[in-house]
Amino acid sequence: MEAERPRLEFGSAWEYSPAPESKDHVKIEKRYGLFIGGQFVPPKSKKYFQTINPATEEVLAEVAEAGAEDVDAAVRAAEEAHRKRWSKLAPAERGKYVYRIARMIQEKSRELAVLESMNGGKPIKESRDVDVPLALAHFFYHAGWADKLEYAFPRHTVSSIGVCGQIIPWNFPLLMAAWKLAPALACGNTVVLKPAETTPLTSLALARIIQEADLPPGVVNIVPGAGETGAHVVNHPRVRKVAFTGSTEVGKIIQRAVAGTGKRLTLELGGKAANIVFEDAPLDQAVEGIINGIYFNQGHVCCAGSRLLVQESVADAVLGKLERRIATLRLGDPLDKNTDVGAINSKMQLEKIRELVACGVEEGAEIHQSSCAIPAKGFFFPPTFFTGVAQSHRIAREEIFGPVLAVMTFRTPEEAVEKANNIPYGLSAGIWTDKGSKIFKITSKMKAGVVWANTFNKFDPSSPFGGYKESGFGREGGVQGLRAYVELTS
Amino acid sequence: MSLDVRKTYKLYVGGEFVRTESGRYDAVESAKKKFLANVSRGSRKDLREAVRKAREAQPGWAAKTAYLKGQILYRMAEMLEGRAESFEKVLRDSPGLSPAAAKKEVRASIDRLVHYAGWSDKYTAILGTVNPVASSYFDFSVPEPMGVVGIVAPDAPDLLGLVSHLAPVIVCGNAAVVLVSETSPLASLEFAEVLATSDLPSGVANLISGRREELVPHLARHMDVLAISDAAGDAALSKQIGQDAAVNVKRVRRYALPDYFSGKAQGLDYIEAFTETKTTWHPIGV
Repeated sequence: MEAERPRLEFGSAWEYSPAPESKDHVKIEKRYGLFIGGQFVPPKSKKYFQTINPATEEVLAEVAEAGAEDVDAAVRAAEEAHRKRWSKLAPAERGKYVYRIARMIQEKSRELAVLESMNGGKPIKESRDVDVPLALAHFFYHAGWADKLEYAFPRHTVSSIGVCGQIIPWNFPLLMAAWKLAPALACGNTVVLKPAETTPLTSLALARIIQEADLPPGVVNIVPGAGETGAHVVNHPRVRKVAFTGSTEVGKIIQRAVAGTGKRLTLELGGKAANIVFEDAPLDQAVEGIINGIYFNQGHVCCAGSRLLVQESVADAVLGKLERRIATLRLGDPLDKNTDVGAINSKMQLEKIRELVACGVEEGAEIHQSSCAIPAKGFFFPPTFFTGVAQSHRIAREEIFGPVLAVMTFRTPEEAVEKANNIPYGLSAGIWTDKGSKIFKITSKMKAGVVWANTFNKFDPSSPFGGYKESGFGREGGVQGLRAYVELTS
Repeated sequence: MSLDVRKTYKLYVGGEFVRTESGRYDAVESAKKKFLANVSRGSRKDLREAVRKAREAQPGWAAKTAYLKGQILYRMAEMLEGRAESFEKVLRDSPGLSPAAAKKEVRASIDRLVHYAGWSDKYTAILGTVNPVASSYFDFSVPEPMGVVGIVAPDAPDLLGLVSHLAPVIVCGNAAVVLVSETSPLASLEFAEVLATSDLPSGVANLISGRREELVPHLARHMDVLAISDAAGDAALSKQIGQDAAVNVKRVRRYALPDYFSGKAQGLDYIEAFTETKTTWHPIGV
């Protein structure tokens, strides 16, 4: 540990007053139907499920669950909308609809941010400053591509694919809907989107926006449900393209299911990113990057920097700072503007995190945990890191998808690269050093689709995102991301 | 008249000409059913050895400059040109092409190598991007090799088919394990002699002859193979490959090319298919 010196005391003497964001302007309906053919309709499955606030365990609404017949109706609506309307529209006009969606998200950004935090548990400062602005930026960016696709694919004739079946996760519900919908729509496709079981509300709010934006009925259809609903979407014979963001385990099932069907597929799956801190890094900045890398969104991030590789010579200094820094993270009410770490998305996820953390302790790693108070209600887990972790430990190999960091050390750059790449995942990585040439050398050796130098968890619609190896294939964002949503003939 | 010295057609693995470890062979006959050669019937072990060699060779090959890779592919064209007549003879024997067709295929194969040699230092500039992010970062994306790519070459055209699928895979820094034409493997195995004399590092291109039904599932399920180029043109086999590939989320590209002599059988798309996009966020500041 670093030599003792006076430091700020963040104990009970420094209590903050609550600063909750108001919920007054959020309209949550008691019961939501499925969004098919431009209307909210009751489900033929006759089933509804409850969606809760994971921070309070209160029921927020009942949401229709799409069964096989409902998915079929949605796909048929999408197919008809594609054939009769969307594919016939002048590309520039299509683009204007997508621009309109971007603007309307902007208008409703406060409502959407609060709703996102209520339904998913993420801190309001993140839904307000990251999720919602990025979601609308994705629509705004892709809108402009609608009439420029032939510039993106010279020497090819570009056409749309048809009905896209898109399945999104619960960690960035609105943002993932935007990542999926914006390029699909801009490229002239129609969509059947399945939001995650635990976080359907912002997708349904987006359905309302799509209605208000006067998109032709059936261009976007939203069918909430769990894995079974997702399987109906993937296996529907008239779906021409499947896009999935979620676990590697489910991604593999989907890849098997679409084999031989001629359906196009992109997968954005799990990760176990290495965040590599070299001895010449600006250490305070690196510690902020480590914190952001793993505790952002409670660690529910596929590209989270969940493995810290720190050079031995600065390990004590970095870990000392890290230990003090996690004590300052404020855990609690996601709607409180001072909250850094919100609620774990679901009970199931909380149990998974607990199981893996128990396993880390059992396997002999040393646990370091913030001693912050845990609210009595809701699903919470304190910021945690492990030292003395071996490469073979489960906490170093498996995606925990929670606020849990595995710390390992290295001596040489070669060892750092070897350890970073020694995993089936390859979504992202981080490098911390003050030396530009070292950044380029190390990033070129990372087997990862996105590499952040002296930063972490940065996203932009113009910047392609996606994995190597078992983190999936295909890119989202940038000119590269359009590939998944166009049919090319040369 | 002195007796012909016949060639033993072996596998090409890790830069060496080796017999199959299994000791098995398949006889190859001419179109007129005349015996031509006993060809190694590669086994799962041969395949695994080839993947091991390819994996060893790939990072070093990827690290070579684009200029050098281009020169090596061009050298392959030179070597093929120098031996054009002997390749024509093999193609006349098996699959039994007419002299004109054999000549046409060898010429097209040479031209295809020259085409891809020229791509080595150009595809990055076309596929790469600088991304105008709304924050203070120099954000750029470059195409990188995937790693070890398994190629299931078409039965015909055997030589041109092999060259058309191998060249784009290796020019961008991948290493390849190729299952060559099952019905007429001789010209493909002869092509190993071109690979061996072109300064291509050992293990970058490995050629296995044998039966697809036996070997393809092992290739598609191998955890160190990161992508498959499936050009066998067999729908049932493709479905099987697609399912097996899920074991490690392999990228699978399926090709059913109607005409390998067409300009549409070459180009940037075939390279792009075996690259990964890497995006780097580099800070801007003082």
